[in-house]
Amino acid sequence: MTGDGGSNQRGAADAAPATGDLLVALGVVGLAAVVLWQAWVIPVSPIYAKVGPTLVPIMAGLGLLVFGAALVVSALRGGWQTKDEKAITPDRLALGWVLGGLALNVLTIGPLGFTLASVLLFVCVTRGFGSRQLLRDAAIGGAFALVAYLGFAKTLNINIGAGLVENGIEWLIATVRGR
Amino acid sequence: MDGINGLITGFGVALTPMNLLWCLVGTTLGTAIGVLPGLGPALTIALLLPITFKVEPQAAFILFAGIYYGAMYGGSTTSILLNTPGESSSIVTSMEGNKMARNGRAGAALATAAIGSFVAGTIGTLGIAFLAPVVVDWALKFGPAEYFALMILAFTTVSAVLGSSAVRGLTALFFGIWLGLIGIDLQTGQARFTFGVQELFDGINVIVVAVGLFAVGETLYNAATYKNSETKITPLKGSLLMTKLEWKRSIGPWIRGTLFGFPIGAMPAGGAEIPTFLSYYTEKKLTKYPEEFGTTGAIEGVAGPEAANNASAAGVLVPMLTLGLPTSATAAIMLSAFQSYGINPGPLLLQTQPALVWGLIASLFIGNVMLLVLNLPLIGLWVKMLQIPAPLLYAGILVFATIGTYGISQSYIDLILLYVVGIIGYLMRRYDFPTAPVIIGMILGPLAEQNFRQAMTISAGDWTVFFTRPLSLTIIVIAVSLVIVPKIYSMAKESQRRQSLAR
Repeated sequence: MTGDGGSNQRGAADAAPATGDLLVALGVVGLAAVVLWQAWVIPVSPIYAKVGPTLVPIMAGLGLLVFGAALVVSALRGGWQTKDEKAITPDRLALGWVLGGLALNVLTIGPLGFTLASVLLFVCVTRGFGSRQLLRDAAIGGAFALVAYLGFAKTLNINIGAGLVENGIEWLIATVRGR
Repeated sequence: MDGINGLITGFGVALTPMNLLWCLVGTTLGTAIGVLPGLGPALTIALLLPITFKVEPQAAFILFAGIYYGAMYGGSTTSILLNTPGESSSIVTSMEGNKMARNGRAGAALATAAIGSFVAGTIGTLGIAFLAPVVVDWALKFGPAEYFALMILAFTTVSAVLGSSAVRGLTALFFGIWLGLIGIDLQTGQARFTFGVQELFDGINVIVVAVGLFAVGETLYNAATYKNSETKITPLKGSLLMTKLEWKRSIGPWIRGTLFGFPIGAMPAGGAEIPTFLSYYTEKKLTKYPEEFGTTGAIEGVAGPEAANNASAAGVLVPMLTLGLPTSATAAIMLSAFQSYGINPGPLLLQTQPALVWGLIASLFIGNVMLLVLNLPLIGLWVKMLQIPAPLLYAGILVFATIGTYGISQSYIDLILLYVVGIIGYLMRRYDFPTAPVIIGMILGPLAEQNFRQAMTISAGDWTVFFTRPLSLTIIVIAVSLVIVPKIYSMAKESQRRQSLAR
C-alpha cells in the first residue's frame, strides 16, 4: 500500500453491531434451538437407565444456547472478529469456483465415476485459485485421481466409485494380463 | 512392566523389517505433510484411518506415530522458509526462524530446529517410557467419577483456557459434543439427532468431520484469501552445519524447551502453544545476544520453542495412552483409531497390549533418528515440495479429501456432510473459532457420557458422587478455577484501572 491516506477507518465503527459476527452468533443460537428441540423428541425408552438418553443432549443444547447468546451480545457490542480478518474481503469468485466444484462433484461422482468427477473438481478448484491452464490442470487432475483410485482400489481393496474410465482401465489390465 | 523392560520388548517389535518400513513411510509422509501448507497430522491420520481395517494395530500405530512426529519436523521447515506457520504451536518458530532465513542463516535455523526436535523428541519419548507406567499405577485407582472429572478438565482447558476466547472455544466444544451424540445411543438403543436419516444411525464418522474442517475448510479459506496473500519462499542459504558458537547457543534452549514442553504436554490439559511461548520468553531473557531477537533473528528463539513444541507433542501421548484422554486433535483421531480396533486406551492398555504400546514408544525413538536424517541431509527435497503451485496443491487436497470420505463409505450423505462441515470450518476460521475442540468434543464427548452414566449407576443416581470423592472433587475444582480465576483476575485489574483513572 502507498501511504495510509486510503486506509478505511474500520476501527471507528467498532461499537456498531457487526453483521457477520451477528449472523454467526444467531447461527449458533439457531443450532442450539434445533438441538434442544431434537433432544426433546428423543423417546425415553422403558429400559432402565440411571441417566437417560436425553440428559447429555439437553446439556449440549443448553451449552450451545448459553454461548450462542454470549456471542450475540458480543456481536451487538461490535463483534469479535480480528482486525486482520476484518480487513480481508473474501474473494467471492474464487469461493464460488471452489464451492461450485464441490457441488458438481456431488452430482457427478455417481453417474460419471470417481476419476471424471475428480477431474471436474480439480479444474474448478485450480480455476478458483487463479489458474488459467485448463488442459494442463485437467491432465494433472486426471493422472492424480487415477493414481489415487488405483492405489485405493488395489492396495486397500476398496472400490471407490468406478465409472467409465475406471472400468476401461480394469478391462485393459485384465486383457493385458489375459495374454 | 517398568520402563526398561518395556522398552526392550518394544524394540523387539519396532525393529522388525516390516515395522521399520512402516516407520519410514510414516516419518517421510509426516515430514511431507508437515512441509506442505494446508495439511496437518490430524487430517492425514484421519484420511488414513481406513487402513485400520487392513493392517495390524502395531503397524498402523507405528505409521501414525511417524506421521505425528514427522509433521512437527516438517512444520518447522515451512515456518522458517515460508513464514506461514501451519499450526499455532509453530508460530514462535517462524518469528525468529524466518528472520534468520532472511538474513542468510536459513541453514543454521533449520539445523537447530531439526536437532532440537531430535533432542526434545528423544528426551520426551524417554519421558513417556518412564512416566507412563507411573501414571498407570495411579490411574488404576480411578473410577468413572474420576474419569468424568478428568474429561471435564480436558474439555475446559482445551477449549476455554488455551484459545483466544473461552466463549468461542466452548461453542466449538459443544458443537463437537453434539456431533458425537448423533446416532444410536449405545446404552438405551434410542436414535438421537438422526432426523430419520438411515446413514446417521451409526453416527457421523470422525473422518468426515476432521477432513471437512481441516481440508475443505482450509481450502475454502485459502481460496477466499489467496489473492491477498503473498507467500515468498526464502531461499535456503547458509551452511546446514552449525558453527561451534551456534551449537553452544542452542544446547541450553533445547534442554530448557524440552523441560517446558514435556510436562505441560503430559498434563491432562495439553497444549503446545504455552510451552513454546514460555520457552521463547525465557530464551529472550537469558540470551547474551538480545539485539538479535526480532531483528536479524536469534538462534535461541528457534532452538528453544522448537524443542518445546516437540517435547509437548511427546507429552500429549502420555494421557492418551494411559488414560485414554486426548488433548489435541491428532491425539483424538489416534484414539478413534484405537476404538476402530476395539481397543480402549486406558490404564489397562499397558498390561493388555504391551507389545503395541511399547512397540509404539520404541518406534518413536527410531522415528526420531530417521527424521533427523530425512530433515537435514535431505532438506533440499522438502524445499522443492514448497514450490508446488497453490492451485494444484489445494485441488489435490480436495480430491484426496473426497477419496478419504466418499471412497470409504460410498455414501452421498457423507460427501454432503463433508462439504457442509467444510463450510462451517471456513466460517470458524474467518470468525476465529478454534477447530481442535470440535474433534476432541466429538471423540471424548461420548466417552464422558459413558463415564458419567457409570458413575451415576454406581452411586445409585446420587449427583454428589463427583464432589464427595476427593480426587474427583480436586480435578473438578482445578477445571472450574482454570476458567474462572483468569476472568476474576482480569476483572479485578480492570476495576483497579478504572479506580486509578477516576482518581
